[in-house]
Amino acid sequence: MERRSPLFTAFIYACALLLAAVILAPIVWLYIMSISPAADLAAKPLHWWPAAVDFSRYRQLLSTIENSAGEAFVASLRNSIEIAGMATTAAIALAIPAGWAVSRTPSVGWSLSMVIATYMLPPVALAVPLYMGLAHLGMLNNVFGLALVYLTILAPFTTWLMKSGFDSIPREIESAAMIDGAGLFQTLRIITLPLAMPVVATSALFAFLLAWDEFFYALLFTSDQRAKTLTVEIADLAGGRVSDYGLIATAGVLAALPPVLIGLLTQRALISGLTSGGVKG
Amino acid sequence: MSGTWMTTRAWLLMLPLLVVMIAVIGWPLYDTVRLSFTDAKLVGTEGDYVGVSNYIKMLSGSNFQRTLITTTWFAVVSVAAEMIIGVLAALLLNQEFRGRTILRALLILPWALPTVVNATLWRLIYNPEYGALNAALTQLGLIGDYRSWLGEPGTALASLIVADCWKNFPLVALIALAALQAVPRDITAASLVDGAGPFARFRFVILPYLAGPLMVALVLRTIEAFKVFDIIWVMTRGGPANSTRTLSILVYQEAFSFQRAGSGASLALIVTLLVTLLALAYAALVRKTAGSAA
Repeated sequence: MERRSPLFTAFIYACALLLAAVILAPIVWLYIMSISPAADLAAKPLHWWPAAVDFSRYRQLLSTIENSAGEAFVASLRNSIEIAGMATTAAIALAIPAGWAVSRTPSVGWSLSMVIATYMLPPVALAVPLYMGLAHLGMLNNVFGLALVYLTILAPFTTWLMKSGFDSIPREIESAAMIDGAGLFQTLRIITLPLAMPVVATSALFAFLLAWDEFFYALLFTSDQRAKTLTVEIADLAGGRVSDYGLIATAGVLAALPPVLIGLLTQRALISGLTSGGVKG
Repeated sequence: MSGTWMTTRAWLLMLPLLVVMIAVIGWPLYDTVRLSFTDAKLVGTEGDYVGVSNYIKMLSGSNFQRTLITTTWFAVVSVAAEMIIGVLAALLLNQEFRGRTILRALLILPWALPTVVNATLWRLIYNPEYGALNAALTQLGLIGDYRSWLGEPGTALASLIVADCWKNFPLVALIALAALQAVPRDITAASLVDGAGPFARFRFVILPYLAGPLMVALVLRTIEAFKVFDIIWVMTRGGPANSTRTLSILVYQEAFSFQRAGSGASLALIVTLLVTLLALAYAALVRKTAGSAA
């Protein structure tokens, strides 16, 4: 191990503090805004710390009194959970058989490459026909319609992750089970899938985060509380529907909470997934 | 088991995925191509075949050229900054110091923050009347008056780039850190014995290990940055005076604000073609980097 001079050590700690400050300052400020009284946020010079902590906005946003900001927020929260949940479930259901097939039969791998290449497509290249198609089916402003559209993003990605997951499970285990008389689906269900569970979980987490984060399609294809997602709701709030910045910040904190918690709790799995190819923009 | 049966079985297992992909990607893409040769409106008229006139109109318009420059500028500057800050952060985190684990966990935060929340957060920070940036700079005596960071063409794009970098440099840092941890300790030790200075060590010992993973990060981030929509829509909607309008915003305006589905489709395909060319060029570069690093 290389010995460090005290000066270099001090330099390392200074850089570490700087990096921590750069990362934390905006996030901490978002939280402080959410608990500061409106007067403190509008004060000049700005009050960096509220005289009295005010959690009322959290109560306001999570209440479901009719025609309140809370009603719209809670509806969008529910829509986001439903849409991300449905899209993730569907993506995983498609990805498991397809990922296994490509992993065990490389000769069909080119079809997966084609599916993955669609990652390069900007969503605007699909948006107009998808809009017309959903309108035709009466599925605009509909949670099922949006979940279906989200498969354009989620399915290629989960299939690719599942394929790499199955690659690391030796096929000899499967052949052994088959020699013992198990059928293909029995083998997959009893042997392969339990071994692949960690990959299924990681793929599902990533898929959920991607769907939770999506904005463009949600902006185009939803219009009111029946299907509007959290991202669109927050953009609406920030776009001038409310004048209390603290309320916008509170909505931001609440929307960020699930992915941030998932991110921190599953660091190890996420980082290995990210660094094996990089995922999210 | 025979090879034919294996292949058939594989196709059968892939069938659900392929059917869905054709429905939600294949068919819409085909239809975008068809629409791009018509003067269809988003709602109502089916539109007539107009040949390549949409393409000519879009490519020759001054909007397109200006937007292409804005998009390129945004992509190049933000990705370059993310790569540099990301690698520096990774080099720091590869050192041993107390609190390193916590700092590495903190990197997850900006990455996990939803893009729209990030955009909203920075919009509040840049607020011309009550924003934290104005307050901090004034209290430090760096600026005299509050400024409208997102409201002036001169500062709007730079302000967006800062917000985008803050969210995305952690991804680069995590990828670079994973690559750094794969550098064998005895190689760095040997280079030290051989008397290599820190810069020579970085250039000749560490960089070869970083090059491959960094290229992948560069490709993904550049494609993402070229397609950028969310952060710009939430923070400036392409304004002021169209100074932050990127290609995706322009397509959105053409196809959805002005409801011109035909010309919007042609513009979307031009963007798709640009992204594809970019990706192909990069793919060639990745292969070259991978070859020289091996």
